[in-house]
Amino acid sequence: MKIHEYQAKALFREAGIAVLRGNVATSAREVEGIGKELGAPVLVVKAQIHAGGRGKGGGVKLTRSPAEAAQVAAGLLGKPLVTPQTGPAGQIVRKVFVEEGCAIARELYVAIVLDRERSTPVIMASAEGGMDIEELAANHPDKIVREAFFPELGLQPFQARRMAFALGLGPPLLSPAVKTFLALARIFREKDCSLVEINPLVVTEDDRLIALDGKIDFDSSGLFRHPEIAALRDLDEEDEKERKAADHGLAYIRLDGNIGCMVNGAGLAMATMDLIKICGGEPANFLDVGGGATKEKVTEAFKILLSDPKVKAVLVNIFGGIMKCDVIAEGVIAAVKDVGISVPLVVRLEGTNVEKGRSLLQESKLAIKTAPDMVTAAKLAVEAASGA
Amino acid sequence: MSIYVDKKTRLLVQGITGESGKFHTSQMLEYGTTVVAGVTPGKGGTETLGVPVFDTVKDAVEKTGANASVVYVPAAFAADAILEGIEAELPLVVCITEGIPALDLVPVKSRLSRSSTRLVGPNCPGVITPGECKIGIMPGYIHKPGAIGVLSRSGTLTYEAVWQLSELGMGQSTCVGIGGDPIIGTNFLDVLEAFNADPKTHGVVMIGEIGGHAEEDAADYIRREMKKPVVGFIAGSTAPPGKRMGHAGAIISGGKGTAQGKIEALLAAGVAVAENPSVLGRTMQEALAKTS
Repeated sequence: MKIHEYQAKALFREAGIAVLRGNVATSAREVEGIGKELGAPVLVVKAQIHAGGRGKGGGVKLTRSPAEAAQVAAGLLGKPLVTPQTGPAGQIVRKVFVEEGCAIARELYVAIVLDRERSTPVIMASAEGGMDIEELAANHPDKIVREAFFPELGLQPFQARRMAFALGLGPPLLSPAVKTFLALARIFREKDCSLVEINPLVVTEDDRLIALDGKIDFDSSGLFRHPEIAALRDLDEEDEKERKAADHGLAYIRLDGNIGCMVNGAGLAMATMDLIKICGGEPANFLDVGGGATKEKVTEAFKILLSDPKVKAVLVNIFGGIMKCDVIAEGVIAAVKDVGISVPLVVRLEGTNVEKGRSLLQESKLAIKTAPDMVTAAKLAVEAASGA
Repeated sequence: MSIYVDKKTRLLVQGITGESGKFHTSQMLEYGTTVVAGVTPGKGGTETLGVPVFDTVKDAVEKTGANASVVYVPAAFAADAILEGIEAELPLVVCITEGIPALDLVPVKSRLSRSSTRLVGPNCPGVITPGECKIGIMPGYIHKPGAIGVLSRSGTLTYEAVWQLSELGMGQSTCVGIGGDPIIGTNFLDVLEAFNADPKTHGVVMIGEIGGHAEEDAADYIRREMKKPVVGFIAGSTAPPGKRMGHAGAIISGGKGTAQGKIEALLAAGVAVAENPSVLGRTMQEALAKTS
């Protein structure tokens, strides 16, 4: 789960990481009020959307007065912001964050992720802040300093000191740097994060260390023990279908193609998408109904798939294991009758009682094309989608 | 022979009285797995499906001589259940549970490295040596005893491969679902080493997916050490970056963990990579024909 910059900064402040004064607003009038309250010579107006690259997309602007800040906010609020991460349609800006400005002497980068190879979180930082960190990691890995957490203890002060020295943050910045790194590590562990990032972490001309931006992603599997974090969820930022699917325990991800897919198991679901592409089509989604697909889940899945107007054909690919093929076929038939389907439907079943399952589908007199194997199923679906 | 589990495996079920634990215990018993004990705190002294239930793993191990455990405990308590198995010095713990908070596995993994326990999973279908012992949630009867080792990060995709192998008359020595989470106890590399050393395994089917670096590490090992033909498949060539594809570990982040990168690494290691999962069986047949 992602949260906004203003929410991340509130968590930073709570943990003892220095951030600038600021407040969030949903209207230009509120922005002007916040600007007056801050009374700063420079006011920065920042669009609050969950996608990164806001600066490049024109979503971060420096202003010189509360009136100018309000004017800039009016230009952002309610309109889509297109950044390198939003896709061409952009994301509607519903909130802006208004913050005082500061005089920047140096920009750094710091982030924590779970390192899968080491099986522990790793904090990484670079003295080259503001740069594209992925590019830096690819081309100048030597410019990134890393410290792996002690698996049962977390990041230790000596590691935070070592990191600060490597970044050129000696006294008087040593102590705030150590405090910042340790606080960031504490947030990561205590709140079940999958990413925390400060980009940039800045040294100001008056020698303060400040988190100028903040990004936190949470492990959704850990949210059950952090109700205060779950409450920060912004439904406006999520795809409606993805949200609905999640509510029904379905893993659904919307894609750009026109062939709706329903598959049991994540690996098989990915493989099905890949096969559609090989056959010259484009999948409209990833959808995993779970290893043991039930009639209820299949029905919900159909509803979600068919609510996407782009979908011109549906491909159901299910391996019946514990759940036998005839039971799955009955579920598909019931779901089709229940939901009503206007686009071609291709079903490929394999596994236990497969003959029984296939004949049930054929006897149903519904417009269901059955396919003997995955490749044929994908080809049929691609043909059906291009013909519709 | 086989790897990890066989006729001598005496299984303990952690979470035996829960809905999923109970259902799959009945399936495992039906398959012929020797289930000697169950553990549910507070239900010690009772019986479920004729299996004695204990309050603690230590108790169960002492009283029944269990030498492996399977965890069906809900996600919030699963890491604790695994630690209890490690502390009782069980040689094998298989964790089926999906949705365990990723950071819960960090201390577990650290403890594992200082213990003699092998953890398979979490978020996996389990381990089966056909005809001898089934631990987990896979449909038992699609498997046939034989000489092909199967290892995979995915459940149903493994069943697909096993189904094809069985249909084509190629039984399996052991099938290991290593799990779809970012941190798992047993990786491709570990299982490949075991299959390489197992005289009964003549060929290996390895099914990977996007995310992480485990397939690349496996490819490196295959290139250097593997004496048996390996057939591979990688799911997720069309997966968009930055999105979790069902499995918590199936995500391309920072340009790393792409299917293309993994496929290239496997091809360079001499693995016969299938373009789609429905030809995995045939590809294995061809690979075996070449070596004989």
